[in-house]
Amino acid sequence: MLVLIGVLLVIVGFAIRLNPLIVVTVSGIVTALLGGLSPMEILEAFGTGFASSRSVTIFVVVLPVIGIIERFGLQEQAKTLISKLAKLTAGRVLLGYLLIRQATAAVGLTGIGGHAQAVRPLVFPMAEGAALRRYGKVPDKVKEKIKAHSAAADNVGVFFGEDVFVAVGSILLITTFVDTTYGLHLEPLELAVWAIPTAIIAFLIHGFRLLRLDRQLDKEVRAIEAEEKNNETVTAGGNA
Amino acid sequence: MIKVEAVFWLIGILFVAWSLLIARETTHPKRWGSAAFWGILGLCFFYGTWVQAKTAPAWILGVAVLVLVALASTGVLGDGKTKTTSIERRTELAAKFGNKLFIPALVLPVVTVLIVLLAPVLKVGGQPIIDPTNTTLVALAIGAVAAAVVAVVILKPKQKLAPVFEGRRILESIGWAALLPQMLSTLGILFTKAGVGTAVGTLAKGVLPEGSLIAAVIVYSVGMFLFTVLMGNAFAAFPIMTAAVGWPVLVQTFDGTPAIIFAIGMLAGFCGTLCTPMAANFNLVPAALLEMKNKFGVIKAQWATAVPLLGANIVLMYFLAFN
Repeated sequence: MLVLIGVLLVIVGFAIRLNPLIVVTVSGIVTALLGGLSPMEILEAFGTGFASSRSVTIFVVVLPVIGIIERFGLQEQAKTLISKLAKLTAGRVLLGYLLIRQATAAVGLTGIGGHAQAVRPLVFPMAEGAALRRYGKVPDKVKEKIKAHSAAADNVGVFFGEDVFVAVGSILLITTFVDTTYGLHLEPLELAVWAIPTAIIAFLIHGFRLLRLDRQLDKEVRAIEAEEKNNETVTAGGNA
Repeated sequence: MIKVEAVFWLIGILFVAWSLLIARETTHPKRWGSAAFWGILGLCFFYGTWVQAKTAPAWILGVAVLVLVALASTGVLGDGKTKTTSIERRTELAAKFGNKLFIPALVLPVVTVLIVLLAPVLKVGGQPIIDPTNTTLVALAIGAVAAAVVAVVILKPKQKLAPVFEGRRILESIGWAALLPQMLSTLGILFTKAGVGTAVGTLAKGVLPEGSLIAAVIVYSVGMFLFTVLMGNAFAAFPIMTAAVGWPVLVQTFDGTPAIIFAIGMLAGFCGTLCTPMAANFNLVPAALLEMKNKFGVIKAQWATAVPLLGANIVLMYFLAFN
């Protein structure tokens, strides 16, 4: 049971925001020492661990092609496509973005979206603009909700899209781990295929929630307006 | 026959080439530290071939890995910010090429899948061209090279090696995080060697009613979810829960299909990522980036998707993996 301290170290290390490489390495060393491995065995374990998990880093072979198409305006073209969603309601803007994010991640283009690259400069302003058109103003509470859902659409899209692509870390981590530990031989494509049902369900669940978002926003705006009207009446009555 | 080691050598060559490009650049802010980091990393990819074949001592590679971690965490590694096109120029180019820009990106998955499907019949003199034990990785590497060639043909950059230069730009912007997945994978192997999975397995037995498949599926999936919430990372949770329940109970006792169990188990972990402040990059950083009042607002928007999706994963695993 003592080896569980290693897990605790990871939790604490990540929680206090130390460099994850240091957290992972130190936790690995401590756990191995507690598990009775000698320093030499630990060095060997790092060596064999690295050698057998080289496939996890295969994303590197994709960088040149992504880099060159970025140089020629991939992200700008993606923005042009995404901005065609601008005529929709807030919920539907986000639904469209969810679809684009998930579909592009599934073919390995995880760099197209992202919080800094797409959500802040493009997706949130578009969703907010849609709400502004519909309600005439966007109260802070509503704005906060649109922000949260803009970031959420990005996360859900990329998490449950990327796993369908074979060169993604999570798939190769699975094959590396089970192949080394249990002597199995799993093909990455075999695993990626079984990520598809969850990908579809994730889209359905989150998409359904985004369709309902418009109605929730309607309700909140009406409630805020009603409250403001009430306040006015109270003020008019001269009694706070 | 093209073996998977050739793919690792291709990665090694790319790392070494990028390291040399950095070393040549006198204006690079962290010139030598960065060149050393990517260069050593590249050499590790070559040396790994012999470690994997057990013809070279593994401890040397272990030392090199620790050196990499030391370099990465002492701040000697930096982003040289390779010169690339300006946003204005890119907007012009995007208008010129339009959706053609997506063609190279689509070549990659299409070629990969085609090669995987054709691999069993691609033979020269009775010998398969592609190593049948690692078809996907080899196919992916070929697909990536093909996509880069297609990009050069369509976009006609002035320098034919532009993809390599641009690849370096992205790699440097990723920085040390490029090594993290591999280190997490190594951590998983160390955890298993030290018996962390067995320890969690002993704990799990306490809550696991004997002989109940559905209970085992729930413990594995919910365990993935909870460990991911705690550790902020499904990669770290996977080896623990798999050694504890996934392998000994779901695969060995209940004879489930490993590929389905593990693929869906990982996705159950991803549901946890949606619910945890420990995954700061996904959940806290965007809240800050969007100047939200509630820094847990993104998680608040996500849990109502994550929880039913975890349920869906349990159902999928139960019905798909055990036939």
